[in-house]
Amino acid sequence: MSGPNTSFDPKQVASLDAEAVEGMVAAAVDAIAAAGDLVALKEARLAHAGDRSPLALANREIGALPPAAKADAGKRVGQARARIKEALEARQMVLEAERDERVLVEETVDVTLPTDRQPLGARHPLTTLMERVADVFLSMGYDIAEGPEVEAEWVNFDALNVPPDHPARTMQDTFFVGSPDSGVVLRTQTSPIQIRAMLDRELPIYVVAPGRVFRTDELDATHTPVFHQIEGLAVDKGITMGDLRGTLDHFAEAMFGEGIHTRMRPSYFPFTEPSAEVDLECFVCRGESVGNAERPCRTCGSEGWIEWGGCGMVNPRVLQAVGIDPAVYRGFAFGMGVERTLMFRNGVSDMRDMVEGDIRFSLAFGVEA
Amino acid sequence: MRAPLSWLRELVDIPVGESGRDVARRLIRAGLEVETVDTIGAGVDGPLLVGHVLEVEELTEFKKPIRWCQVDVGTAGGGVRGIICGARNFVVGDLVVVALPGTVLPGGFEIASRPTYGKVSDGMICSERELALGDDHDGIMVLPVGVGEPGDDAAPIVGVGDEVLDIAITPDRGYALSIRGIAREVAIAYGVPFQDPGLELADLPAPLPDRVPQDCGTDDPAGCDLFTMRTIVGFDPGASSPLWMQRRLVACGMRPVSLAVDVTNYVMLELGQPLHAYDMDKLQGAVRAGWAVPGEPFESLDHVARTLQADDLVIRDDTGVIGLAGVIGGLHSEIDDDTTAIALEAAHFVPEVVARAGRRHKVSSEAGRRNERGVDRDLAPYASARAAALLLEFGGGHYVGMTAVESARAESVIHLAVSGPGDVAGMEIPHETVTGLLEAIGCEVEPVQALEGQAPDVATAPGLRVTAPSWRPDLTDPIDLVEEVIRLNGYDLLPSTLPAAPLGRGLTREQRLRRRVGMVLAARGLVEVLTYPFLGPADLDALRLPEDDPRRRSPRLANPLSDEQPLLRATLLPGLLAVVRRNAGRGLADLAVFEVGSVFLGEVAEETGLRPPVHRRPSHEEWTGLNDLLPHQPMHVAAVLSGNRDPEGWWGAARPSSWSDAIEVARVVGDSCGLTLDVAAGEDPAFHPGRCARISVAGEVVGYAGELHPRVVEANGLQERTSALWMDLDAVIAAAPDVRPAPVVGTHPMAKEDLAVVVDRAVPVADVQAALVAGAGELLESVRLFDVYEGPQVPEGSRSLAFALRFRAPDRTLDAAETAAAREGALAEAASRCGATLR
Repeated sequence: MSGPNTSFDPKQVASLDAEAVEGMVAAAVDAIAAAGDLVALKEARLAHAGDRSPLALANREIGALPPAAKADAGKRVGQARARIKEALEARQMVLEAERDERVLVEETVDVTLPTDRQPLGARHPLTTLMERVADVFLSMGYDIAEGPEVEAEWVNFDALNVPPDHPARTMQDTFFVGSPDSGVVLRTQTSPIQIRAMLDRELPIYVVAPGRVFRTDELDATHTPVFHQIEGLAVDKGITMGDLRGTLDHFAEAMFGEGIHTRMRPSYFPFTEPSAEVDLECFVCRGESVGNAERPCRTCGSEGWIEWGGCGMVNPRVLQAVGIDPAVYRGFAFGMGVERTLMFRNGVSDMRDMVEGDIRFSLAFGVEA
Repeated sequence: MRAPLSWLRELVDIPVGESGRDVARRLIRAGLEVETVDTIGAGVDGPLLVGHVLEVEELTEFKKPIRWCQVDVGTAGGGVRGIICGARNFVVGDLVVVALPGTVLPGGFEIASRPTYGKVSDGMICSERELALGDDHDGIMVLPVGVGEPGDDAAPIVGVGDEVLDIAITPDRGYALSIRGIAREVAIAYGVPFQDPGLELADLPAPLPDRVPQDCGTDDPAGCDLFTMRTIVGFDPGASSPLWMQRRLVACGMRPVSLAVDVTNYVMLELGQPLHAYDMDKLQGAVRAGWAVPGEPFESLDHVARTLQADDLVIRDDTGVIGLAGVIGGLHSEIDDDTTAIALEAAHFVPEVVARAGRRHKVSSEAGRRNERGVDRDLAPYASARAAALLLEFGGGHYVGMTAVESARAESVIHLAVSGPGDVAGMEIPHETVTGLLEAIGCEVEPVQALEGQAPDVATAPGLRVTAPSWRPDLTDPIDLVEEVIRLNGYDLLPSTLPAAPLGRGLTREQRLRRRVGMVLAARGLVEVLTYPFLGPADLDALRLPEDDPRRRSPRLANPLSDEQPLLRATLLPGLLAVVRRNAGRGLADLAVFEVGSVFLGEVAEETGLRPPVHRRPSHEEWTGLNDLLPHQPMHVAAVLSGNRDPEGWWGAARPSSWSDAIEVARVVGDSCGLTLDVAAGEDPAFHPGRCARISVAGEVVGYAGELHPRVVEANGLQERTSALWMDLDAVIAAAPDVRPAPVVGTHPMAKEDLAVVVDRAVPVADVQAALVAGAGELLESVRLFDVYEGPQVPEGSRSLAFALRFRAPDRTLDAAETAAAREGALAEAASRCGATLR
């Protein structure tokens, strides 16, 4: 910093005349424009805008000027510094942009490098499929009911209108727990959950019951001794078979798409009467493969319909066994095999894939079947 | 039940042009599950003609005897043709089946006029097998005299082209195990009349006056309420059944045997009544149905020696047991090649009795299938008359007469509200439709004004008094009639409506948290598997479980699929270890699998007398008693980690999974449920004793996690250092907070203090950390171990633990003195509890 101009010296200062200042600006602008990178620009800044730059040095001389000239010179120098600063900033922006462009290019990576450091695991597709089904019914106001896998024979058979020595008992090959006389079995179906729901809950009852069931079948491509069913039960005043049909239609649409219907064929189950088999309209060909040799459908075998499950109106004898008055209440029930649904829905061709635990099978589904 | 279309057409006027598939569609709509429709002799394309063998020349110059035959196949078929034939079971004058050149036989075999054995064979004389009619290839088919003239179409004579419907009959429809029953359904489906052959008594000659028919009886109507015997003597044991009968038996899947056996089978197929033919000369005294004496021996005609029980219903004569009633006959009273006197049994047995015996003695017979489903209670005398007439027609002999005992039949009378079927269906079903359909299945229907035994508001509604026919023992309740009406009216006519379900509550907390745990574990890279719950003692040995381990006391199956695995699992680990081994065998060595599933704890009693009635709700005591029969079945979660936890990649080396990963998974399960689990050193025999954590919640042990015991690893064929965990998920979820309280999120500046302490190596980090937390006071926001050091810088036998402490006050910026005081407090507590010194 220059000291205060205490002594007046009326000599002319050549470096502050207009021409000289203009020359300094021109030199600075040239140097700034010539700076090829940020380092060179920094040097140019020091040289032409730093404390020891010609303009800064000239500025110090202002104090030596006579008062009349001071304002004039001060204004001239100020304007010159502003022009240099402007040139510096402009060049700085250009050079930074150039640098960024170069550096970002240099930092480019191959984004196709595998990033599987923490791969997602998987849930079993049977689990997620059962949850999916349950969610459809949860949205309709149903609750999810559960029951034990080792079940009292009375609950699994007697209360479901399958008396001892009835041929229907031999329809389901049963695992007996303890001994054949223990009264305890591995449940052969999810229907005992109906009995528990009706004994435990307040009327009306709307429940869906997913679960694992057991029959003494050897494992092969289409059978497994341990499999899953999902069962629905509604007990209310005035329930009709039309309600059953509508519920199944809604279920089918929610699972398989708009406009997919179900069909009921008369059948027999001890715990429902009337009883029906449920067929699902083929969601792949929608029936267009039937009789059409040029468009065969693997999903339905060109039948147009897929066997899906069983259903019916709760047999009044079942209601009696749980103390519900069949003169006041009626109910419907339906059930599907989850393995079977996964097989036709997702194209699983071998049952063993679902039970062997090969992680490649579950991983292919991730967390949603 | 296999039903030939030609047989159904004999009983029902099925419209001309309707194929087997058309009929099948109608029956399926009515609820008979038609599984297949086969064509007999499928693959035969071209004419088959009746040929008359005129001459046979034996050609002897070949390796095997060959016949050069002149066969008249009628003018249209080309007159007399020369045909080479290798079979020898026919003579000049026989009628045979001839396939002319150009005809294609099953298997794509085209008959051509071709030189063979030095002649030009101009057609083929066919055997059963060549026409795909049966397996018989012992010789060619010789047609009975009189079935046709030379040149007639032989196809209908041998049944070629007939269609057969194979129908799976549900247990409630015993009547449909007969052509009669199926024909009735066909008639209803087509809306045409049905002439019921089960209501026509066949004409029989007057009984011989000088012979006594076989005597019969029944000891207990609770086992047998109708027993009949018809007797024929002078029967020709050499007579064979007519071709048409044999064809039908074969079409229905039965083998022709002899006239007497064929007739009993034929009438059973036709009418549904099982019949049994005895050699009357082998019987002594009256034949009676009655209960067995416990331990009584019986040798059935399949040569199995059986021991009977008191509630086995048997047929006996003076020599002992000669049949297991309704199930299987005895060896010693069977008819044989010399039988000339036949006693024909037709009876009605109580279905449950027959079913029990069939199951107990493991006999599955055509008779048993029908008897256990319920045979027409009134049919026996009609069926035996039909059979006797056929025996007399084709086997000669004389009719001696019938003996019978019968108890009165209780008619099944059902009161049905006319509106009942429509109410259940959810649609209008007119009165006349209800009545018409019930009459079509054989019911007598009578309108009544008031319904007996019904609530008053229903009593005045129009009702029907419905009497079920004798062949429908399944019709006992109003709902049975409702089903018949809705089924025959057509399920396709049902409306599609939705009930108004009440507002739901969504998933329960248990259900929700189980889903969360599964999702979080999957997000952590674990793969869910579902294993069978069966295991055996060897699996538990491989877990090193001692004899007194409670996991060895799980329920045992009475009939396991494998004798090696008779137990239900009390632990998920064996199933998961098998999965890991299987995956490794398939080259998938780096994996982490988990399962959420039930385990079964405690044994099941051998026998229970608890069987509440089903006409009412079980009492509280009964219901509790039933549930007490069951083992404890908690839901567990378990996981096994093997190989690398983090994979090798361009980012660096792999990280093998270890005991700590298993414990971390356990912690994550707790975190998913909003719980901080307590981890302490623990002991489970399956785990490495120095690398096993006991996991607990609020003082209750809920599981174990860590590295598996090296011997367990070895016994299960796993990779070294495989780690695992198991937890009682029900217990974890039960301890989970219902509502999680929100934290105070302080916005004032945080003060960080690092604190390294030296403690004895045996002091668990968890204890040190707990002491720091306790000593630091309320200002402590978090504490985290960030380094562990053992080595020359610290005394032998001790280690340095470095913690990052973070302090924050909710209402102010902490000053240095406050932070220092809190840090000192933490250190002091660690010093006093754990002997920690500042490093």
